[in-house]
Amino acid sequence: MTGQIGNAPRDFAADPLLDVAELSKRFPLARRGWLGGRAPAMVHAVDDVSFTLGRGETLGLVGESGCGKSTLVRLIARLTDPTSGSIRFNARELAALPARDFARDADRARIQIVFQDAGESINPRFTAADAIADPLRKLRGLRGAALQAKVAEAATLCGLPLELLDRFPHQLSGGQRARVGIARAIAPRPDLLVLDEPTAALDVSVQVTILQLLVTLRETLGISYVFVSHDLNVVRLLCDRVVVMYLGRIVEVGPARAVFDNPLHPYTRGLIAAVPRLDGLRAGGLRLAGDPKSPIDPDPHACRFHGRCPVGTDRCGTEMPALRRFPGSRQAACHFATEPA
Amino acid sequence: MTAILDVRDFSVEFRTRSGIVHALDRISFQVARGETMALVGESGSGKSVTAYALLGLLDAAGRITGGSATLEGVELTQASPKELARIRGARAAMIFQNPRAALNPIRPIGRQIADVVRRHAGLSRRDADARAVEMLREVGIPDPARRFAAYPFELSGGMCQRVMIAIAVATRPALLIADEPTTGLDVTTQAVVMDIIQSLAAETGMATILITHDLALAAERSGRIAVMHAGHIVEDAVTAELLAHPRHPYTRRLLAATPTAAGGLADLRAIPGSLPDLRRTDLPPCRFAARCEQRLPACEAPMAWRHLAPAHRVACWNPA
Amino acid sequence: MSAAVGAGGNSVLRHARHVVAENPVTGFALGLFVFFVLAAILGPSLAPYDPLASNTANALQPPSAAHWFGTDQIGRDIFSRVLVATRLDLGIAAASVALVLAAGGFAGLAAGFFGGWVDMVVGRIADTIMAFPLFVLAMAIVAALGNTVPNIVLATAIINFPLYVRVARAETVQRREAGFVDAARIAGHRDMGVLLGQVAPNILPIMVVQMSLTMGYAILNAAGLSFIGLGVRAPTPEWGIMVAEGASFIVSGEWWVALFPGATLMVAVFCFNLLGDGVRDIVDPRRRT
Repeated sequence: MTGQIGNAPRDFAADPLLDVAELSKRFPLARRGWLGGRAPAMVHAVDDVSFTLGRGETLGLVGESGCGKSTLVRLIARLTDPTSGSIRFNARELAALPARDFARDADRARIQIVFQDAGESINPRFTAADAIADPLRKLRGLRGAALQAKVAEAATLCGLPLELLDRFPHQLSGGQRARVGIARAIAPRPDLLVLDEPTAALDVSVQVTILQLLVTLRETLGISYVFVSHDLNVVRLLCDRVVVMYLGRIVEVGPARAVFDNPLHPYTRGLIAAVPRLDGLRAGGLRLAGDPKSPIDPDPHACRFHGRCPVGTDRCGTEMPALRRFPGSRQAACHFATEPA
Repeated sequence: MTAILDVRDFSVEFRTRSGIVHALDRISFQVARGETMALVGESGSGKSVTAYALLGLLDAAGRITGGSATLEGVELTQASPKELARIRGARAAMIFQNPRAALNPIRPIGRQIADVVRRHAGLSRRDADARAVEMLREVGIPDPARRFAAYPFELSGGMCQRVMIAIAVATRPALLIADEPTTGLDVTTQAVVMDIIQSLAAETGMATILITHDLALAAERSGRIAVMHAGHIVEDAVTAELLAHPRHPYTRRLLAATPTAAGGLADLRAIPGSLPDLRRTDLPPCRFAARCEQRLPACEAPMAWRHLAPAHRVACWNPA
Repeated sequence: MSAAVGAGGNSVLRHARHVVAENPVTGFALGLFVFFVLAAILGPSLAPYDPLASNTANALQPPSAAHWFGTDQIGRDIFSRVLVATRLDLGIAAASVALVLAAGGFAGLAAGFFGGWVDMVVGRIADTIMAFPLFVLAMAIVAALGNTVPNIVLATAIINFPLYVRVARAETVQRREAGFVDAARIAGHRDMGVLLGQVAPNILPIMVVQMSLTMGYAILNAAGLSFIGLGVRAPTPEWGIMVAEGASFIVSGEWWVALFPGATLMVAVFCFNLLGDGVRDIVDPRRRT
């Protein structure tokens, strides 16, 4: 078990597993009438997002609710079609494949998700074994004894006692359900596992065991993780790098430890300052008051954080800051971000 | 300091199809004027049941089986439903985890605040409306006169929680029970909502019980923490003392499992075992004993409080 | 482990026993249901007399040891006729309910799951049916298509269609966004696979409860059509016709001709309505301990 903070910096960029470039997703606010009419207002859920994920790397995805994390996850997992941009997975372009046909794609097995609420994401009519067997049957074409063996293997890897396998989700504890959710996702042996708030519904004592399990699986199976969480302390424990999102756009990217210890973007600073700490220390006492702006047809020339930002000036209202590079493989989208001291 | 809320040997049971759940077993605590006490524990520890039982909000299956609870000298366990309803509006208030669900979806938020003020403070309609606007301002809602007419669906979760707080404190209650008030909100919103609760408490001298599963939140926001496990309070101390010198094995375990800003995953320890089945009729005196590494033969004896310091007590025969 | 994948048959039985033991009304309804099913299967071989054999010398005899339910205006044994009619009445109802479950259930599933134009088309069809007084609509369908058993089945199914669509659609909409739907897509299921393999099993319990409730209504509807002469034709034994034929004798004091088929009809409808609640407890896995 390795549990170093933020992990040692490794060069993941050389051989990216996932390369997302200029990815955008816009939803029309209302369906167009029978006769067409004016173009409807658009919700900019994900806007011009680019990042890479190395093999074996764990990338954290943080931000407030409504920042586009969930949509980005659905785009990466190919459950939703992007409006524009590219998603290269193992050097293959996936963005153009319609989501509804991706279920039968060869790469379906290689990108799997562990869902937020394991209780809700397991069909209540299926036993734990059925849930784990489902992707193996559909994606790996396994049947009979071979299927049973793989189900048992995945369950064992996830520390799930085999005698629990014929239970229904409501007969399992929260931690056991989380293990079923993870076993189901790793069963078809994906290269990329998206973890969508996998421990949000769990008590801390159980959360520890699940996080340790995820680290073990990462090492034994060599999977890359995209780890979505609102709990920055948990992200810090598991991730090599973090991506901070605000209103659909990336505001900061960098090695987890550097970002948490020395955030460049004012939003990241506010986010980190707001995390309650056991030692009771208030880091700077920076408060982000108010709510994010509306994601409906936002001003393309204004920083999304403008208005809520404690350091912004008029320039931020007229000029959208680009994601700039900083030393230490860091990036931040702020006119006023300076090199870390 | 005088206790506004004084709970002694308070017990609650639930009758279910599969047996009687011994949800709370002789818990005792006091909350003083202006004090914020956190009730901390994992799911199933009985922290929410405590709040619901105190305010007479238990569902039909639950009943108080013993002990006493007095709020400003009024015995809550003997109060009639009518008295309890009056106390809930005027002297003790509660806010919940899901504020949107707790608000009436088809009534403007200002009107909902005014309703409470009129019922419990007997103000005229016009005065109540003015008071509602004032309350909206007090909880930091921008442009309160205009927001008076807003409906819950037009507000974010954080804004809805502020409205809930405004409703709760509009009658200047002596006690506010905040049951996971920021669970499900973003950390940034959480910080703002907790700031509002704290400043209102400081201004009005209101006692606050903060019920949370998040030890870090309790650490930051409370003056005292009571740790609950399986229907017992196992340790109760001033916050700094509890965090620096946790004495009960469960408290130590809980702290060791909580991620911190400094430590790594290897520094965290899971808590072995699970909660005992509270339907058992032969529950041991210490409900943590089966999971405890410091168990002694003495742990079979009935539990008694040990007072380790003036403001630090622990229910353990072998504290660390 | 060998029974793990696709398990659960045994526990359903155990649970059913538990539900019945806990709720005597369900047990009673279940007992009645078994009784009716046995009567439907074995009726013709158990009937003491030929249900069609007339004996005018023995007409309109009150109930007696020889004729438990008495005899009708041309001397047929009413008990035998009521018993034999069970198969036809229950058969029509069961066939129509099965038909509407398949058609209405699927239409509702698709409407709820896909939304858009599918939802609109299904919704309009259901609304159109709902716009008629349902029994009059059933009469019109049978009158237009002809007085045959398949047409009675069809008419009964059609008037129940909107109900099934609505229930299935509402339940599907609730589950369309459920985590397990996304999980199934991730596991390699396409739309139809998710719809039939994941969502359908989840709404089935509600549909089964619906079936039990509409079964009673369907029996009543079939009998009603026959009662007004638009259903099964005399001399076939059928509860509705028997009540219709017996109705004219009530004034002259021969109450048994209408009462026994009518009471049987009532008990059958009652039985299925009671069964609905019990069935819900049995098929819902969350109530399984």
